[in-house]
Amino acid sequence: MSSQAFVSEAVAPTAPANAQPPATAPKVVEVVFTVNGNRLALVVDPRATLLDTLRETLGLTGTKKGCDHGQCGACTVHVNGRRVNSCLSFAAMHDGDEVTTIEGLGTPENLHPMQAAFVEHDGYQCGYCTPGQIMSAAALLSEPCGPSNADVAESMSGNICRCGAYQNIVAAIQSVRTQG
Amino acid sequence: MNAFAFTRADSVAGALRAAGGDAKFVAGGTTLVDLMKLGVENPTTVIDISRMPLAGVSRMPDNGLQIGALARNADVAHHPDVVNGYPVLSQALLAGASAQLRNMATTGGNLLQRTRCVAFRDTAMACNKRSPGSGCAAIGGFNRNLAILGTSDRCIASHPSDQNVALTALEATVQISGPKGERSVPIGDFYLLPGDTPERETVLEPGELVTSVTVPPPAPGAKSAYLKLRDRASYEFALASAAVVAIVRGGTIERVRIAMGGIGTKPWRNLEAEAALHGKPATAEQFAKAAQIVLSDAKPQSQNGFKVELAKRCLIAALTTVTQGA
Repeated sequence: MSSQAFVSEAVAPTAPANAQPPATAPKVVEVVFTVNGNRLALVVDPRATLLDTLRETLGLTGTKKGCDHGQCGACTVHVNGRRVNSCLSFAAMHDGDEVTTIEGLGTPENLHPMQAAFVEHDGYQCGYCTPGQIMSAAALLSEPCGPSNADVAESMSGNICRCGAYQNIVAAIQSVRTQG
Repeated sequence: MNAFAFTRADSVAGALRAAGGDAKFVAGGTTLVDLMKLGVENPTTVIDISRMPLAGVSRMPDNGLQIGALARNADVAHHPDVVNGYPVLSQALLAGASAQLRNMATTGGNLLQRTRCVAFRDTAMACNKRSPGSGCAAIGGFNRNLAILGTSDRCIASHPSDQNVALTALEATVQISGPKGERSVPIGDFYLLPGDTPERETVLEPGELVTSVTVPPPAPGAKSAYLKLRDRASYEFALASAAVVAIVRGGTIERVRIAMGGIGTKPWRNLEAEAALHGKPATAEQFAKAAQIVLSDAKPQSQNGFKVELAKRCLIAALTTVTQGA
């Protein structure tokens, strides 16, 4: 018996008398949502996270998978204008939502001010965390956040940078806020 | 991840109808999706309740506050009635998780947040909470972050939430709907000690749904604060935390409510420590006595003996902050 099967069996609760028979799991769920302004009707596996759906189904690979458990922030996107970890929700939970990814924030010809500031202030090294950092920072602009660098660091604590570009990330964010 | 059926419920009645068996409700997803990826949670049905109209925060006729089960942690933390009337709750919420997670996590989900014990989260390790009867790999193992109060020989998992510590000090009530109707449970009675059944963490029965949390009106003259101590300054679970709500007049403590996090198997309130402070001067000496009472039953594990002194200092500091200048 695999350890997985053992655990599943061991934790299976005694079924209450009124328990319904196990539902037959439908293989797919329909979800209609807007991604970067495009209304999409998808049929997804219930297990597909928003992150995997963006990357694997829609080919929007700007959003990165780091830890896949909501700890690193590389997968940060906007849902209805607010930053979230796209790895911690199922795509099926986003029926009717408006999702914005790094691809929808700006274009190479017309960067979002936060994208331009990250370039200007060298707010990255390897770049893997950068889309998440920028999506997080762009959302921060419309959130309650104090004026100091420490306030920005606190508000950005859900985005980890393995290279340690934090000083320049904070500088980039502060430059956009003060231009504001 | 195991396959599961996915359904949506847009009303409490619909959610209750869909519930049953091992179905799980999902709202923010920050705990459930995480644990499903780890194989710790394996529901065969997931019911998306995020569209139910339960996201509001509103004043009640008695001037208390009703916080909908689907109110996002960020929205509650920044709500003017919370910031002004219940600073301890706002501070606790903002001390928890990250900005992204606070935008997702809901009041009800946070109430039911599962422990961060590594043995619970790793299906290769023995855990009586995840797999009753399998043992506890944390006792004598990695337990630096685990509980020193309320433990049993079956489970030493610490309750991880900040929100629920503040709600305990505020004497909140959990509003529940279920197949047998509605009921209200004071938060002090909502959580269970692990005892011999660590898999049961709350009094919620199968098929029941938390619909809101209510908080009594702020007591006139009350001040409150939340202090969280952890390994780094942000985005980390508490090693020890304290929520304090107090009324001090003329240097005398008229009323105080204390709850602590990070050290107990549930949000930890000690009525004896509160009683010891009533009518006493708001001094470091009295605070130290109260802290001694809270920690008198502490049972440290192999790695977390430091928490006894840390928790005492945490409580003394929080009491000092709240009573300063009063």
